[in-house]
This record gives sequence, C-alpha cells and structure tokens, in this order.
Amino acid sequence: MNRAAVLGTGQTEHRTRRTDVSMAGLCREAIDRALADAGTDWSDVDAVVLGKAPDLFEGVMMPELFLADALGATGRPLLRVHTAGSVGGSTAIVASQLVQAGVHRRVLAVAFEKQSESNAMWALSIQPPFTMPVGAGAGGYFAPHIRSYIRRSGAPPHVGAMVAVKDRRNGALNPYAHLRQPDITLESVNASPMLWDPIRYDETCPSSDGACAIVIGDEAAAEASDRQVAWIHATAMRTEPTYFAGKDHVNPRAGYEASRALWRAAGIIDPLEQIDAAEIYVPFSWFEPMWLENLGFAAPGEGWKLTEAGETGIDGALPVNPSGGVMCSNPIGASGLLRFAEAAMQVMGRAGEHQVEGARTALGHAYGGGSQFFAMWVVGTAPV
Amino acid sequence: MEIGFDYTRSLGPVLSRFMTALAERRILGCRGSDGRVHAPPLEYDPVTYAPLTELVEVGPAGTVVTWTWLDRPLDGQPLDRPFGWALIRLDGADTAMLHAVDAGTKDQMRTGMRVQVRWAPEPVGHIRDVACFEPIGGAAPASPRSGVDPVTMVTTPIHLRYRHTTSIEESRYLRGLAEGKLIGQRCPACGKVYVPPRGACPTCGVPTVDDVELPDRGTVTTFCVVNVPFPGQRIPPPYVVAYVLLDGADIPMQHLILGCRPDEVRMGMRVAAVWRPREQWGTTPQNIDHFQPSGEPDAPFDSYAQHL
Repeated sequence: MNRAAVLGTGQTEHRTRRTDVSMAGLCREAIDRALADAGTDWSDVDAVVLGKAPDLFEGVMMPELFLADALGATGRPLLRVHTAGSVGGSTAIVASQLVQAGVHRRVLAVAFEKQSESNAMWALSIQPPFTMPVGAGAGGYFAPHIRSYIRRSGAPPHVGAMVAVKDRRNGALNPYAHLRQPDITLESVNASPMLWDPIRYDETCPSSDGACAIVIGDEAAAEASDRQVAWIHATAMRTEPTYFAGKDHVNPRAGYEASRALWRAAGIIDPLEQIDAAEIYVPFSWFEPMWLENLGFAAPGEGWKLTEAGETGIDGALPVNPSGGVMCSNPIGASGLLRFAEAAMQVMGRAGEHQVEGARTALGHAYGGGSQFFAMWVVGTAPV
Repeated sequence: MEIGFDYTRSLGPVLSRFMTALAERRILGCRGSDGRVHAPPLEYDPVTYAPLTELVEVGPAGTVVTWTWLDRPLDGQPLDRPFGWALIRLDGADTAMLHAVDAGTKDQMRTGMRVQVRWAPEPVGHIRDVACFEPIGGAAPASPRSGVDPVTMVTTPIHLRYRHTTSIEESRYLRGLAEGKLIGQRCPACGKVYVPPRGACPTCGVPTVDDVELPDRGTVTTFCVVNVPFPGQRIPPPYVVAYVLLDGADIPMQHLILGCRPDEVRMGMRVAAVWRPREQWGTTPQNIDHFQPSGEPDAPFDSYAQHL
C-alpha cells in the first residue's frame, strides 16, 4: 500500500441556517478553503469523493448529480459514499484508499449537510408499518442506550454535563464552530430542559448547515508540499446490524473491532499514551465516556473516570474534541469528515486557538446508523 | 404509506437572481468561461469550476431541440392533459432546458419548432412561474414587470406515496396481531427468538422457520422519556418509549409505557400489554395501545443485561 497524506483541509462557518448559500455554494466554501490550504488548484485534482447523510434530509435524490459542476467533478471520477452519520469518515477513507492503491495522486473528499432545508427528526422518525410509531429522532434512539451505559458503569450523573461544558468551551476557541459558549457551566447545563430523559438540551448536538473538504495526496505530492502534511498512518471501517439479539449498544462490537484493527495497523500499543489528540464523534455528551471505552482508551465501565478527572480537556492526558466536536457543530454528513480533518489539523499544527501543544499523532473517528457503521483513522506529523 | 415535507431551499447569489427574474417574467442564463450561455444558469463553470456571475436575459421564445410525447400526465406535472416533453434552446442561450410544450396533439410537435414561454398567472419567484411552453402563433407572452422583491428562498413540497410489501414473516406477524397474538421466530442455529420475525437470523445467516407465540408481557430493559415535540410526531409528549423484552424473546421491541407517571418507569420494571378494544384491531402493531406496569416485582438486572 502506498503512503498517503492530508495536504489541506477546509470547512465552512457552521450555522443553524446558512441561507446565504445554496448547497453548491456551501460545498464550495469548504472546497476552496481546502484547495488553498493544500496550496493546490483544480488542475491537480484527479478525482472527487462526496459524502452526505440520507437524501431525505434535504429531499434531493442523489445530490451528486446536480452538484457535479460545483464539486469540480466534470471530466473526473466522482464517487458518492453513504454510511449514515459516519459518512464523512468513510468518505475520507475511500479517498485515502484511492491514493494508497495508486489509482490517483490527489483526491478531493467533500461532505456536507444543509439541515435547515428540512427537519432531521422528522426524517429519522419515519417507521415501517410493523413497528410502533414511537421513534423520536436520534435523541430518542440513543437516550435509552445512554441510560444503559449509566446503569452498567455506575457513572455519576454529572459526567454528561462535564463533557458538554468542556466541548462548548472548546468550541468557543474554534472560529468555525456553530455553538460557541465560553460561559457555559455545569449549573447551566443541569438547568437546561430535559429533552429525551436522560439527555438534556445542553447535552445534545445542534442542527447545523455546514461542509468540510480535504485534499489527500500521494507521497510525491506530500513531499512537494511546502507545508506540514498529515500522514495517514492507518484507517479502519467495520459494520454490524442495527439490531440483533445480543447487540451491545453501549460497547458495539463493530466499533471495538475497528479500533483494535486501527491500533494494530498504526503500530499503537497503548492508545491513551500514544494518541496526542482525539476527535471522536460525540453527538450526545454521554457518548464521550462510552466511546473512550469502545476505542480502548479505558476499560469497560471506566471511561467516565478519564472525563471526570479532566483528562479529556484540551490540556489533559488525552484531549478529546479540542475543536468542540459534534456537540458544537453538526452538519450530519460533514460531521465525520470534520473529525478526520480536525485530527489532521492538529498534527499539521494548524488548529489555531484549539491547537493541542505538541500533537504529533491524532485520532479521527465517526459512527453512524444505530451505532452500526464505524470509521476511524490515525494521522501523524511524520510518515510511518 | 405517505410521507411528505415542504423543503426550504436557500438559493445563493446566482439562483436568487434567476428566481427573482422569473417573478418579473424574465428568464436569465449565465455566460460561462468559454462564452456559452447556460440557461437555466449554473453557479459554477463546468470548464474552469470558477463561480459564474455574468447573468444575461434569454428567451422568452426558443427552439425545440428534441422531444417526446406524454399521453397520460402524472400528478404534479406541468399540464394535466397530453403534452410534449421537449428540450428547448431559448433564444440567446447555448444550452437547452427541459420543459412541457402545450401542443395539443402529438402531430403538432416537431424538432425545430418555435415555442414561447407561457407564464403562470401570478409569478412568485419559483421555477413553476414558467407554466409551460406553447407554439408561437397566439398571443405574445405576458410582459415583464418590475418592482419585485429579491427572492432568496423557495419552498419545494415533496411527497412520496408508496406501498410496503410485507415479507411472508411480516405478514404472519401482522395477521397474528389481528388475532391478538404476538408471533416471533426462533433461529435453528443459535436458538434466539426474534419478534417481529425477520425470516433470517442476522447473526447466523440462516432462515428462521419455527414460529413461536410469545406472551404479551415482559420487562422494560431501558427507556427514555420523550419531552421534545417535532413535525410528524404521532403521540403528544411527554411520553415514555421503552424497550420491552417479551418473556421468551431475545430482542426487545420499542413501545409506549402508560399507566404510571414517567418518573416511575425504571429499568427492570415488569409490564403487560394493554390491547385496544377487539373491534378496533387490524393488521397493525397499534392493536397494542401501550404497555403498563403489571404489578410484579422488578426483574433482576442480570436477567436482561444481555438484551439492552
């Protein structure tokens, strides 16, 4: 397998409603920034990979068709990737594999969501006739599993609020973040309305319009760059059914196996020690301790202790979501690519005010569906 | 089944000018880097990918480049009587747009025929302001107007109507419900009981053929209290959505818990189904109106810990 690296990243200003742009304009805002960050232009792009979450979110079937001009896909291969909420991560991995396989030298990966065109809770609550119509969006889906986590781990109830405070304060350091709340406190989180008990309003991601783009290049392209690149050390994807007898929603097997494959491929023995920054897909604050366990940063039932001890803060042993993460910006289809891009930005030293000092190895992570699809990568300052 | 939503589109600078012009009964195209005029306008150049900003007026007449005839229009199409679908190159444009031609009969349609726009009676700044095209010869198109406010958003209602064809197993499950029974299936390999039945075990990948009738009582494994309203919601909040593990099943099903306060629901609570009156039963899971506490002692955590 050939070496590949992230040459540049770009993202939009994420907001509740980006009514100043069309879907095409939203994508281009991210793409133009990524090309500029990579120091390249359209003439160097060999292929385009687009990711976005279910088409019902915007009501446009196969948006890649009408977006082809805006994505610069005319005369080039264009692939659409589709793995629900993890799609941004899968998009980055598909793009990196096109380079690692030697098919292309430079590939543009783009992901977007324009949630304001519709209502994701509506789109996620349409059920077939053989189930009760009790669905209540992603929050209604995941809240019972968070309750299971709290029961199984014995985590104290304030851990969810602690993650919310940390992520929203981190988001205040990120100029692109949708929610920037430097003054948020445990008290204000606990005073916010209970939406899907046990998930409070402030423990929930926002609904955002936004896009993200990255340029991935081969070794020659990376070495030709006069800026620091993010070398892709390893990628992993795993899938499991949404529902089956014995499915563990708290510690899904697909996520467990993907992470172990990832660490093995990246030569990482002790992830807590060797990963300098992690961008983990946390749409509801309680998912931070759950995924810390699923990824192997902590033993089952122990993840909340890292959070409670402050170790996931920006100056902790394992800074988690220094960008503010999904808790601050959630353009669903782009959210996974943002995690991957933010991991790259950390090892490129281009994360601005939310830069983790000395970050050389970082994790990007995404999951989607009913904890069904998992995608992750490790990127580093130096090649392996 | 029927689902639908009124999607709201933000147009961005180019399409905003295009829609605003439609409200004025004018059609705009845009000039690309190679000098060609694209109509409708593109936001980005297909050759250089650069943003396009030079908009030029085209039409209101044009030439049919190619066409087909539609005898039986569908709901939502531009006309409710037979019409021609045509690619029409508007005067001043280098590309063609697809639209309906109200030609009356098929023998009135031909490649190269001249057509003109027929405006909707009250243009609002939407693609539907172009009602259709018609052969040139009658009255000229309605004149442009001015003083229109910029159009930055359009609403596009989208509706899907579809039939769900049930599998053999779903059909048996739904027919069982109509008789007040809960029918699951056991996997011959791992022995796990699935309700609703699926016809195949997702873990073992083998067909499931052994039907199992399950009781209408079970254990709440975990749950959430829904306090948030949203479009299309079928039950007014607050309500408890629980995973109920029917006795003898290996996978819980989601259902409503009523008959107690939401804060009294707990993991391990024993519940029983409350059926609607028999005369209201159909082939639907809604024959069970909800579950309510059965009054039995709570199930121990270990008895359902593997079924969360």
